[in-house]
Parts: sequence; structure tokens; C-alpha cells
Amino acid sequence: MSDFAYPKFPFRPPPELSGKGGHAPVVVVGAGPSGLTAALDLGLRGVPVVVLDDDDTVGVGSRAICWSKRSLEIFDRLGIADSLVEKGVTWQFGRVFFREDEVYDFDLQPEGGQKMPAFINLQQYYVESALVAALQACDSVDMRFLSSVTRLQQTPDGVDLTVATPKGDYTLRADYVIAADGAHSFCRRTLDLPFEGKVFEDRFLIADVKMRADFPPERRFWFDPSFHRGGSALLHKQADDVWRIDLQLGWQADPEEERKPERVIPRLKAMLGDVPFELQWVSVYTFQCRRLERFRQQRVFFVGDSAHQMAPFGARGGNGGLHDADNLAWKLALAVQGHAGDALLDSYDTERLPATDADILHSTRSTDFITPQGAVSTQFRDAVLALAERHAFARELVNSGRLSTPFCYGDQGINSTDDPSDDFKGALSPGAPCPDAPITNPDGSRGWLLNHLGNDFTLLCFGAAPTSLPSGPVPVRPVVIRTDELGDPDGLIAARYDGYPGTAYLVRPDQHVAARFRYAHPTDIERALSKAIGNVTATPPAPAAQEA
Amino acid sequence: MSGYLRTDLRLHDPDAFYQVLVDAHRDLTEDQSHQFNARLILLLANHVGDRAVLAEAMAAARAGLAD
Repeated sequence: MSDFAYPKFPFRPPPELSGKGGHAPVVVVGAGPSGLTAALDLGLRGVPVVVLDDDDTVGVGSRAICWSKRSLEIFDRLGIADSLVEKGVTWQFGRVFFREDEVYDFDLQPEGGQKMPAFINLQQYYVESALVAALQACDSVDMRFLSSVTRLQQTPDGVDLTVATPKGDYTLRADYVIAADGAHSFCRRTLDLPFEGKVFEDRFLIADVKMRADFPPERRFWFDPSFHRGGSALLHKQADDVWRIDLQLGWQADPEEERKPERVIPRLKAMLGDVPFELQWVSVYTFQCRRLERFRQQRVFFVGDSAHQMAPFGARGGNGGLHDADNLAWKLALAVQGHAGDALLDSYDTERLPATDADILHSTRSTDFITPQGAVSTQFRDAVLALAERHAFARELVNSGRLSTPFCYGDQGINSTDDPSDDFKGALSPGAPCPDAPITNPDGSRGWLLNHLGNDFTLLCFGAAPTSLPSGPVPVRPVVIRTDELGDPDGLIAARYDGYPGTAYLVRPDQHVAARFRYAHPTDIERALSKAIGNVTATPPAPAAQEA
Repeated sequence: MSGYLRTDLRLHDPDAFYQVLVDAHRDLTEDQSHQFNARLILLLANHVGDRAVLAEAMAAARAGLAD
């Protein structure tokens, strides 16, 4: 039994079943982490959203458990991070063992001065519960459980849906649909979109085990350990003294047999030793890596597992889905409000496709190392692990999963290229997520920079705000770093942003850098903002030739 | 692409090197020999460091094995 009580969300007959309603600006199909995050981001912007889910509770089993700093920053922007961080297990160190020896360790957050930790481990059902609670408190969001989409049809100016419920079917017309209906997405299948990829020929046993153990809260990974010869093992601590264990079983393993407690418990006893434990959840999984060719299909936007699947090493699936939602929500909100069009919506693809490819690349490389296919790859893998004990270079080749890092969208597309004469130094660049840093408020209390950025377009200014800010329909909110406004107590804002008096960063609603300037002239800001909302025509088009 | 990998004679005493290489496998099982070779390749690859040289060496090693 789990400490977690699975909620039972009631079915409430929607207005459509009594002949009313029938239209929603945005419909989110699927109430997993990425769909719920997109819905909350839109809802908090005042966009009316209907969320449809075929179930009446949250996901069963721990599933996605590692939430990255960037994902926590997104949750913090949406107002739900504090409770998640408090409930979750904070970690930043990882250790890798080969047989009996530790061969490699890593620190995922060597640099302090950030509100969010490198990672927390928290069962997916807690994350979904927090998102649902926030959505139920959001007036513009209508959560509909036990509601399955059975038809989805695109028209030039909308999407027609049929929804099946315990009280009958109804139709709903959406301006836009967010398809967040998971790996087996109905939306993807009904639109007949190709979703081909590589199957990894291996099986993993995954178990949630409740036990009192004094292992530290760090990620532990074993190659070929004595308790599980020939395979790999992974151990993560989660909330409520629940531990996640992954054991590599090999392609020949019989998934039905391996799920049985009489098979699972001896394997766990060999690993955990003589500690009492209680088995909460077991699954045997295989995985694939594949993605849709385009995540935007006219008025339907795919986020999370419906858009892409990848190997689990590196926690890139769940986090990637949240980053999809983060990227899409503000763009869709501007489109619904009539302030942006196709160009901005297309940038969801131009930004998230390369990000997904990077996640797939890293998780595939990890898989090739963890589950080498063939005798020679195994020899190389073992050679790396053997050399790693004594040779620094080989430790860097040890790949037990490269953990999710935020993607820099670059200075193409809707972000602006630096003026070379501005000579910005450091790691930050246009398209990257803004780094956090401590701030002091005018009353002397301390806080965090990222809590002042995002949701709207913001202009992060060092010293003073420009004399005028864009006055169009998409506002820009100034955030000024100066002792009497927001102070920089440790000098980390100046250091991380290479900021001097006059420097300004135009920050997107998703906290990524749109543009930056050494001396921010109002016309430069205006131009960068226009680009960031998809108005690519910086110069007026040449007059068309007169028709004869 | 060529010209990164040196294929002129660089070994001081080629026969002696060859003997050392073969001797290094003496008393190893076939599996241990494969492991030895894998470790040696990794050590030397890191020593070389240059991706262009390594790519050319891999192409030269593959020549005639598969098309």
C-alpha cells in the first residue's frame, strides 16, 4: 500500500450535455504533467481552457520522478514549486559503480546562488496532484475527467472534437488543441501522423519500494554489480521513504514472469540486503526513441510523450514535456488574444524540435553505453569502466545518463542576434533560459531574480530603465537592478548576465533571453519585441509591381 | 579528407614494437585479449585527441572490410 491516497476526481456534466457551450479557445487533451502544465500556464494568463482526460485520477506508480532545476523554475513561475520542493527529495550528486568499485561521481549543481536545486525526486502522482489543485483554483480552466476524445477533425478555422463521457457524447469546437495524450496518443493516431523510430532491445524492471534506509539522497548507478551480474541497476530516493529501483533484465526476459512478486522480491533482496521493505509498484518496460516530424499540425500542438519518446536515462522525457508546455503556452496565449499569428506558432517547432533532438541524442548515447548491443560494444564499455578507476579521461566517457539540461534556442528565429560590438562575455546567450541569482528588495529582504522575470515580456535593466518602453498591445515590464530597486547582493546578477549600467535583456514570458543590448535604445527594444512575437518583417516589404 | 593521419614510419624499431604488442597478449584468454585491445584503443585515442586524425584512422582501419 502506498502512503499516497489516489484522488477520485468526480465527473461533472459539462454545459454541452444540456445543449449549451460548445466552444473553447484551447482544449488540452490529456492530464499528464505536460498537458496540465500547459493548461495552467494558459489559465494563469486568463485564456479559457478545457482539459479533457479519460481517467478520474492521477497516474499510477511513480513514473517520471526526476524534476530538473529548469522544470522547477517553470513550476515556480506557475506558483507550485515550493510545495513540490518541500515534498520531494533534493539531490545533486551521482555516483557510478562498476562491479564493486566506485568509478565516477558527479555534481549537477556546482554553482550556488539559485533558488531551485539541481533536481528533486518526486513521484509523478504528486506533481500531477499539485497541478490539478492549482488548475481547480484557476477560474479560466475547466477540468473534465472521464472524458475521452473519440473524434478530432481539423478545419481551416478550428478543431472539432467528439467527447465520450459516462453521461453521453458531446461535440466541442476548439480554436486550438494541445495534444498531451501520451505515448499512445489518440490525437496522433487519428491524424495518421508517422511516428517511427528505434526500438531498444532491452527490458527493465522498475519498482517502487518502501523502506527505511540510510543511503544518502543521491543517484546511484551500478554496472554489472555482484547483486545483479551482467546487468545495470539504478537507485533513487523519493518522497515518503519510497525508493525507485531500475534493474536491467535483457531482451530475453519474460515481462509477465518478471512482474511477479516471487521473481521481483529475491532480486530486490540481493540488492538491498537484509532490510525490511514493502513492494508498492512494479512494471517491466521497454523503450523507443522517436518523434513526430512536426509538433505543430495546423491547429493541433503535440507536447510531451505524444510528440516524442526517448530512453529514460537522463530524465529527459518528463522534463522535456514540461519544456514543451513552457515554450508553447505563451505563444498560444498571444495567438488566442490576437497579438500573434502563424509565425510565432511555427516557432514552437523551430525551437522544440532541435531541443527534442538533443534530448534523443543524449538519451540514445546513454542507452548505447548502458545496454551495449554486441560483444565489441560491451568490451569497449567495460574497458571505459575499468580505465575510469585510474584515468581521468575515461571517467568522462562513463555514461550512466546525462541528466536533463535546459536547451538554448539560439539567436535564430524569434530571438535576436547580439550586436557584435556589444561584446557580451560569459556563458549566457540569446535563446538561453535566464539564470537565477539572489536579489535584495528595497526593504532589505532577500529574494530571487527569476521570481521577477517571465509571465510577461520583461526588460531586465542594469542601472536604469530606458526612457520609453514599447507601448503596443504586448507590454514590456521593466525590472531594474539598482540598489534602491532590486539589489544584487552577491554580484551574481552582474556576473551571470555580464551586466553593466545600461545593459538590458529582453526576457520572454518563458524566461528565455529574446535579445540583449549594452545601451538599450527604445527602437532596438521595439524591434526585438516585434521579432519575439513573430513579426519577422523588420523592414517594410518593397512595393509590389503594378499589375498590368 | 586526408593528411591528418601520419602513415609514414614513425616507430623507432618496428620489429621490436610488433613483438611487444604480440607479447602483451601472451597468457591472456581470447576475451581478455579483446578487453586489452579495447583499453589500448581508448588510451591511444585519448592521447591522440584530434578528432580528424581519429576519424581518418577509423576510415583506414575499415578500408576493405565492408562497403
